[in-house]
Amino acid sequence: MNGLNKQATNAAVWLVLLTMPYWMGAVGGYTELACRILVLGLAAMALNFLLGFTGVLSFGHAAYFGLGAYGAAMTLRYLVPSTPLSIVVGVAVGTLAAAIIGAMIVKLRGVYFAMVTIAFGQVFYFITFRWNSVTGGDDGLTGWKRQALKLGFTTIDILGNDKAFYYTILVLFAVAAGVMALLLRSPFGRTLVAIRENERRARFLGIPVEQHIWLSFVISCLFASLAGTLYALLNNFTDPRALYWGQSGNFVIMAVLGGMRSFWGPLVGAAIFVVLQDYVSTQTENWMSFVGLFFVLVVLFFPRGVLGILRRKAAS
Amino acid sequence: MSLLRVENVSQHFGSLIAVNGVSLTVGPGELRAVIGPNGAGKTTFFNLVSGFFPPTAGRIVFDGKDITALPAHKRVTMGMARTFQITEIFPELSVRENLRIPVEVAAGMRLMPWQSRKTDAEMQERVAQLMELGGLAAKADRLVGELPHGDQRATEIMMSLALKPRLLLLDEPTAGMGDQETYDITRLIRRLHKDQKLTIVLIEHDMRVIFHLADRIMVLAEGSILAEGTPVEIAADERVQAAYLGKAA
Repeated sequence: MNGLNKQATNAAVWLVLLTMPYWMGAVGGYTELACRILVLGLAAMALNFLLGFTGVLSFGHAAYFGLGAYGAAMTLRYLVPSTPLSIVVGVAVGTLAAAIIGAMIVKLRGVYFAMVTIAFGQVFYFITFRWNSVTGGDDGLTGWKRQALKLGFTTIDILGNDKAFYYTILVLFAVAAGVMALLLRSPFGRTLVAIRENERRARFLGIPVEQHIWLSFVISCLFASLAGTLYALLNNFTDPRALYWGQSGNFVIMAVLGGMRSFWGPLVGAAIFVVLQDYVSTQTENWMSFVGLFFVLVVLFFPRGVLGILRRKAAS
Repeated sequence: MSLLRVENVSQHFGSLIAVNGVSLTVGPGELRAVIGPNGAGKTTFFNLVSGFFPPTAGRIVFDGKDITALPAHKRVTMGMARTFQITEIFPELSVRENLRIPVEVAAGMRLMPWQSRKTDAEMQERVAQLMELGGLAAKADRLVGELPHGDQRATEIMMSLALKPRLLLLDEPTAGMGDQETYDITRLIRRLHKDQKLTIVLIEHDMRVIFHLADRIMVLAEGSILAEGTPVEIAADERVQAAYLGKAA
């Protein structure tokens, strides 16, 4: 794809994101739905940093997403009523866990890596599920709310004003997406693509493959836990399902659905997933089978995802 | 002073002895060929030298330092680069991108999370030089996986060269190639050896290539050294002839 085409895609994506709350209502949506697309889109893009650009499949990203969510929720519930601090704590907890677990598993490859990431994810799931007195157990953690942002010169009411909260999320999303895009265009980012393309060649070019996969894993989980903190803040609630391995699977589905070889693909996948979920689930309880059917069709006929189809159309 | 000194290395896979007490000394600027019938242990020997796996026994010294236990990527950082019998490249990237990665790694930039315009221009310049040297400039933006075999092989050699190695290990660089491609690759290797004074060890089957290039030849058979000498000496050696003819018959 040429540079002009890429710039046009970027401009289109940002235009849609910047205006979303203003037309969401007209097409049958609502601002909270737009927030969900952003937050889950960020999580899927974070996963794709590892999956699409390093070639490593994690089936346990919900663990870091969920640790971010609980980190933020517990900070607000037990420590201090500060939204920024809750985000910092959530991200720190998720990233730290990823750094430790990542170091233990970077030698594994393929399905073994995926299995072990599931296993570690389930450990955190059962901790939150069982530890009722602290995490609220199966009922989730309630009794807290996101707090208005006090910036000194002004206060942003992100609790009462949906749009204000949407744009707060968008700012964080933009920073995260910007950092990931910058990294992928850097020499470090190119070593990750090298590992995806041919690990043996990468190693014999002098790249310590395990070290680079570890870094990619930690960066990926950092942004996944950021998405998790925002998810908890969005719902003013979090429960163990945020860490369940099914949630990890949803992130993988979003990335593959949208196109894991493209930067924005997972965001498109997340939008399709969230909208389908929102719409079809009002019609039938079995909404997941429709998402599943759609997923199977995309994988069978458009292995490069939805964005892959659009691109091929644009190129021809 | 030798650049590479291999002392009595052996490699056992279970009860199979793939390499049995092989020693080799290569001086700076030398071009050494390793030949031998199929299954003689040539590639296993290369894998030991380049750090694919540690040897069962023996010692490997590179540039005066014992590297026997050093992982592959550290040997690369010390100046040892290799190619593979089955070309190892990044097939879904362009020639330019394939070369860009080792150029940046060699510049110590593998962990750099951003890039200035100045270094970007420097890296592109170096990539352009390498493509020129390898005869790949006209195919710079083609995906390597779509190029003919000879160009893929040339890309792999240039990727290794991008690392500015002091020792280049080439595993059957002309395997599976037609006459013209073989000629082109041979000329490229000869240029690297003569013009850039690069030390090269290569495994090869094509005798024309070997006699054209090699200063000295080591012959392996069934994991052990059968003979060692200049091309003329090796050609006259009856044991070598027997080993090859014995296999063929």
